Amino acid sequence: MFAYTVRRVLATIPVMAIVALFVFSLLYIAPGDPAAVIAGDQATPDDVERIRASLGLDRPFLVRFGEWVFRILQGDMGVSIFTNLPVTTMIQQRIEPTLSLMVLTVCLAVSVAIPLGVLAAWKQGTIIDRAVMGMAVLGFSVPVFVVGYVLAYIFALELDWLPVQGYTSMTEGFWPWLENLILPAIALGGVYIALIARITRATMLEVLSQDYIRTARAKGAGQRSILFLHALKNAAVPIVTVVGIGVALLIGGAVVTESVFAIPGLGRLTVDAILRRDYPVIQGVVLLFSFVYVLVNLAIDLLYTLFDPRIRY
Amino acid sequence: MRRRDLMLGAVAGAAFPALPALAQPAAARTLRVIPQANLTSLDPVWTTAVVTRNHAFLIYDQLCAQDSKGVVQPQMAEGWTVSADGLAWEFTLRAGLRFHDGEPVRAEDCVASIRRWAARDTFGQVLWSRVEELAPLDDRRFRFRLKARFPLLTLALGQTQNPCFMMPARIAATDPFQQIREAVGSGPFRFQANEWNPGQRAVWTRNPDYVARQEPVDGLAGGRVPNIERVEWTIISDSATAANAMVTGEQDYWEYPLHDLLPLLRRSREVVVQQRLLDGTYGVARFNHLHPPFNNPGIRRALAMAVDQRDYLRAVAGNEPDGWSACEGVFTCGTALANEQGSEVLKVRSIDRAKAALREAGYNNEKVVLIAPGDYPQINALSLVTADLMRRLGMNLELVSTDWGTLVQRRASREPVERGGWSIFHTTSSGQSLALPVFHLFLRANGPQAWFGWPEDAQIERLRGAWIDAVTPEEGRVVGEALNRRAMEVLPYIPLGFYWQPSAWRRTLTGMFRAPVTAFWNIGKAA
Repeated sequence: MFAYTVRRVLATIPVMAIVALFVFSLLYIAPGDPAAVIAGDQATPDDVERIRASLGLDRPFLVRFGEWVFRILQGDMGVSIFTNLPVTTMIQQRIEPTLSLMVLTVCLAVSVAIPLGVLAAWKQGTIIDRAVMGMAVLGFSVPVFVVGYVLAYIFALELDWLPVQGYTSMTEGFWPWLENLILPAIALGGVYIALIARITRATMLEVLSQDYIRTARAKGAGQRSILFLHALKNAAVPIVTVVGIGVALLIGGAVVTESVFAIPGLGRLTVDAILRRDYPVIQGVVLLFSFVYVLVNLAIDLLYTLFDPRIRY
Repeated sequence: MRRRDLMLGAVAGAAFPALPALAQPAAARTLRVIPQANLTSLDPVWTTAVVTRNHAFLIYDQLCAQDSKGVVQPQMAEGWTVSADGLAWEFTLRAGLRFHDGEPVRAEDCVASIRRWAARDTFGQVLWSRVEELAPLDDRRFRFRLKARFPLLTLALGQTQNPCFMMPARIAATDPFQQIREAVGSGPFRFQANEWNPGQRAVWTRNPDYVARQEPVDGLAGGRVPNIERVEWTIISDSATAANAMVTGEQDYWEYPLHDLLPLLRRSREVVVQQRLLDGTYGVARFNHLHPPFNNPGIRRALAMAVDQRDYLRAVAGNEPDGWSACEGVFTCGTALANEQGSEVLKVRSIDRAKAALREAGYNNEKVVLIAPGDYPQINALSLVTADLMRRLGMNLELVSTDWGTLVQRRASREPVERGGWSIFHTTSSGQSLALPVFHLFLRANGPQAWFGWPEDAQIERLRGAWIDAVTPEEGRVVGEALNRRAMEVLPYIPLGFYWQPSAWRRTLTGMFRAPVTAFWNIGKAA
């Protein structure tokens, strides 16, 4: 197990290297010029050229890539072209809101979706099942930003229960932190809840039709024990897989949610950097997201052993 | 009081009945602002971004500044004297001015600041080409010695478009093409660098040492009194969210509300929607003069004949009362040089006549590439109206919808459309930028050195020079008329009129005044 974990961690290195090369190349060939954005309308082409040179954007691809990789290996992601702040500082400033939003969303989604999926499977074919699946379809179909606006309208504008926008750090208190995240987490969690609930239902239906479940029933096991002890544990592997895959979904959804609720997270940092062509920031954030995604996958692989003792690495 | 505050108050009251009365809450001492864009750079010389200029007005001061009528008045300067031959200008600083780092403002700081600014600003470059020497005389006095008379000197230093802000000499020594690393000014507010989170928040606190002028505020002139303890910008990129935040009272001031959302804001009794900026925002359709079809002045004129500015302005600002106005000349309407000499081409407003003119000019179905920035709602709307006109004229149009970042790169391309070039794009400009020929970008016609589109016309350039050298306002006005006439013949661009950009603020704010930029001094907040 330990050897496997070490091997997997080491395997992230080539993955990250490929991601780095891909991101750098993509930005190199993408249209847009930060020097032109900085220079503004009054600048002459010579001014733009001088700014480009001062930013080092006029140097060959390989030189720039080599320097960037060298710096990354030393833990230095470079400096934002616009703000002059280190990319690591900008990421540190933004990581807490995104992490908070994602953790809260995952907790909310898992705690709502799994019981709903189990319930739908248990009550298969009934109105409860149809209602849960109907909600799942709705969760899939309605875009995150629409859910966000509707929630903000009802709970912030009309009822005035929660704030419309913003983020308060947890260091300033649990409730100020939570009240800013409730609506975004619900908005972002909608599609995630739908995904997990559907998978949970499908997997549970499969497990519930297994012989050992019939045996458990024949032995007089209670419904709750059958559902949660015998069935759910055996249905866990696909569910955990989906929870993991969903993290990528959350990263994408966080970009929209952070914009709608003005949460200063990594999603908005990425969008702002892309619009301005702030290359060091884009590269830093994409690398970070890739790294997180690889780690989440690793964590899920390790979790398999917990739910299914037959799996050994 | 808001319902949420009431609920929290009730809970707190039940839980902590013995809490002592608090002093004025932090929110009442803080002006919470939604700026028009994210503050990404702190150097107003390095970038011309409006948001950076607004930040600069908070922390820096100017030697002189324009009042609400555009007249330059002393600001940091106690005054200035001009020699009889007009070649020596001597400025004296007011006593007691200090930078935020505690150092006094000295003449050498001003000299260094002017040098750095003049290296980048168009007007500054015109000024600098006439400067023989600029040197401090003592701590409070410095002198310009000119090669030739330049009556516009104080206007150059006091202009609002790209203002000349005073920084400590050690900071102003930075290469003008490199970004400064410290935001230290002598203005009414101090920048809190440790609270700056680009994309989220920027914070300024009152400068207790600021020595404001005694005159009442008038545009950017007069007393810049910091009446609030803290100014806090929160970046809210989503307009609907920003509107909601204004209505619920989470924010106090929204600099550029989207026109579509003005009715929503007006419905709130707690929100005021009014015009604060003194100038409108002008639409511009810019041609590429290097390649067909718009290297043909007849084709440029044909398109201009189809233009009805009202269609463009409605597309941007809707049917807002007093939201926009046609302005069929190249200079800002309502300013000294505004005129419509030769502007008949913009009054034709006929598709049929434009079609005939197009045929007559020899349009041969050449491809027209129009680049439109989807992420700029106003400029995108202007672009789409032109695209519609071109289709109705039967032109071979390719509409390229992209983002602003890509547009600013592509517009620099001088290649023909087949090799990634362009034919026409749109932009907007503040009225201040179009008021005078000296900094009117779109009127430059010096070929390769001109702004994107690179029009070339010796007569326009000659007239621009004549305006700079004009001695009397009347002389300048005559040149202005000749410039408008020639511009309408050559059409370096098509003026598309202007719309007003109102601001929105909570009724609790006091001390609002109109100015050419969004300024936050003098504004207070009732508890």
